[in-house]
Amino acid sequence: MNWITNYVRPRITSMFARRDVPENLWTKCDECGTMLFHRELAENLNVCSNCGHHMYIAPRARFTSLFDGGTFTEVKVPEPVVDPLSFRDTKKYSDRIRDARKKTGEKEAMLVATGELGRMPLVAAAQDFNFMAGSMGMYVGNAIVAAAETAVKRKAPLVLFSAAGGARMQEGILSLMQMPRTTVAVEMLREAGLPYIVVLTHPTTGGVTASYAMLGDVQIAEPNALICFAGPRVIEQTIHEKLPEGFQRAEYLLDHGMLDRVTPRGKQRDELIDILRMLMGLPPAIKADLPPPATPEPQGDPVTLSEPAAEETAGLPAEAPKPAEPAPAEAPAKAAETPAKPAAKEADKDAGKTRAPSKK
Amino acid sequence: MTVYLDFEKPLAEIEGQAAELRALARRNPEADVDKESQALDKKAEEMLKQLYGGLDAWRKCQVARHPERPHCRDYIARLFTDYTPLAGDRNFADDHAVMGGLARLDGTPVVVIGHEKGNDTKSRIEHNFGMARPEGYRKAIRLMDLADRFGLPVVSLVDTPGAYPGKGAEERGQSEAIARSTQRCLQLGVPMVTVVIGEGGSGGAVAFATANRVLMLEHSIYSVISPEGCASILWKDAGKMQEAAAALRLTAQDLKTLGLCDAIVPEPLGGAHRHPKQAIDAVGAEILKALGSMAGTKPKALRDDRRKKFLGMGKNGLAA
Repeated sequence: MNWITNYVRPRITSMFARRDVPENLWTKCDECGTMLFHRELAENLNVCSNCGHHMYIAPRARFTSLFDGGTFTEVKVPEPVVDPLSFRDTKKYSDRIRDARKKTGEKEAMLVATGELGRMPLVAAAQDFNFMAGSMGMYVGNAIVAAAETAVKRKAPLVLFSAAGGARMQEGILSLMQMPRTTVAVEMLREAGLPYIVVLTHPTTGGVTASYAMLGDVQIAEPNALICFAGPRVIEQTIHEKLPEGFQRAEYLLDHGMLDRVTPRGKQRDELIDILRMLMGLPPAIKADLPPPATPEPQGDPVTLSEPAAEETAGLPAEAPKPAEPAPAEAPAKAAETPAKPAAKEADKDAGKTRAPSKK
Repeated sequence: MTVYLDFEKPLAEIEGQAAELRALARRNPEADVDKESQALDKKAEEMLKQLYGGLDAWRKCQVARHPERPHCRDYIARLFTDYTPLAGDRNFADDHAVMGGLARLDGTPVVVIGHEKGNDTKSRIEHNFGMARPEGYRKAIRLMDLADRFGLPVVSLVDTPGAYPGKGAEERGQSEAIARSTQRCLQLGVPMVTVVIGEGGSGGAVAFATANRVLMLEHSIYSVISPEGCASILWKDAGKMQEAAAALRLTAQDLKTLGLCDAIVPEPLGGAHRHPKQAIDAVGAEILKALGSMAGTKPKALRDDRRKKFLGMGKNGLAA
């Protein structure tokens, strides 16, 4: 027995053992390699706490952190014909869809929901990159049209989080026709005078970028997101030269005048509230207009209201990411002097599901 | 010199023999080759009928890309009068992959926009093989603005492998330019007719093809991705383009079945490149017919018609 067997070997074993922890508990940051504990990561909206790298976030988790109180109602999307062309490459398209459903637990590559954002009605749509690379087929087209129609009906703005490898090749020309179809949806919002904000997330490419994802009234992107029409590999093959550092990344596009803002995930909610309230002609959000939080310590699980449409009401009660920052401490004290707000009549009903906006 | 496609090889053989015979006869007036050469001609025609009667999807792609196929400028030269090209996007450059301007069609002033591929090495490079950059789409938007303001119908001729995948094109907002051009098509208060005359390559085509009436030449194609691109992504083998072409449903006939194309313009036997004038005239007649059907329609009705058309697309898949 010596120093090597007693001390060094166990250390080495434990170092390697640590890599073997179940995948669902630890996630390795693709950028800096830091191992991140899943709870911490979810709390940070899947942004690496070490390097700020934005990782994939599922639409449901995103909505839970976006909508007041983490409460939202899914908008029903008209079902298109499944596998309209009976497409088959090395695998049947219908099998690919089945696998994607199993992998994500979602029906398709886009989730549409309504709820409130800072007590303002909102329709949001989010594309799921884990579902066949978020590709745009008939369903995604229908989802965007349904989102626009719902927004027009409710006179609510639409916020769309894009993420896609492009059009869904397995739907052939029908997927291409989603470009004009989704552009019609954008036109509906425009005509109704409702704001349409696009938040481009990593990656947004191809026919998606060349239609609804670039037609927002305000274009926001997540840091370092790849945003392009043709992918970097295709371009390198075409022009036979190496592309500059950061080419087609969010910051590069911002520099080239293609975006309004690059905003980290944790700050998007507040920013969306501010922008939308200005565009909707509403007074600034008053940080103290909220009833006292249900629990004095807002770090607890978000309270999900027992809404009438319980089965349609989503949210991830246990695993839900929390708001980026706790509610301001003075909020309860000032709640009494809250002036009459557009959403005031609903204040009582909504008390449980409204989250205190975080401090600026 | 005729350019033969790979599947036309047996045809080249026969037509070559016929030409050879006639050449011999010219040098040697005594030789009577009439009967023989006529028989060969007949055989060639039979073969053309057979080949072109049942072109599969990949062969259609080859015909649609045929180097001698009439291009946008051939259509403009033959169908339109007083063509006045208008250039530039007023921001950065004039894109030679997109041509367009004011012209008269059967005496009526219209705005015509189209992709031009070029027909020899020099002009192909000049026109960037019909692959537009953002400037091309922004020029088209400007032309559509003009048409809208002065109540002129818009005719667009689509023939592009796709939008250009280049560094500068990306930096200057290729996707935004395409999206805005599609949007501008939808906003037009004047009639818009599109004819896919060759290749309808993905987003680069949609930007000009979001029209009230979308017509396709018999051997033209319209696809979300090139068969080669699709094969290399889904089959991991660019050589599988034949399979990909069939799976993508990109022929004019497929689009008609799916309800995405309003009418197919028949091509002369052996494809538009064999009898360009005939093909161009047939397209001209169809454009006039389509414009005639929309004459006098109010701007809002035209916009609504376009919206309804695209919103309703693909409801039934191939069962349509």
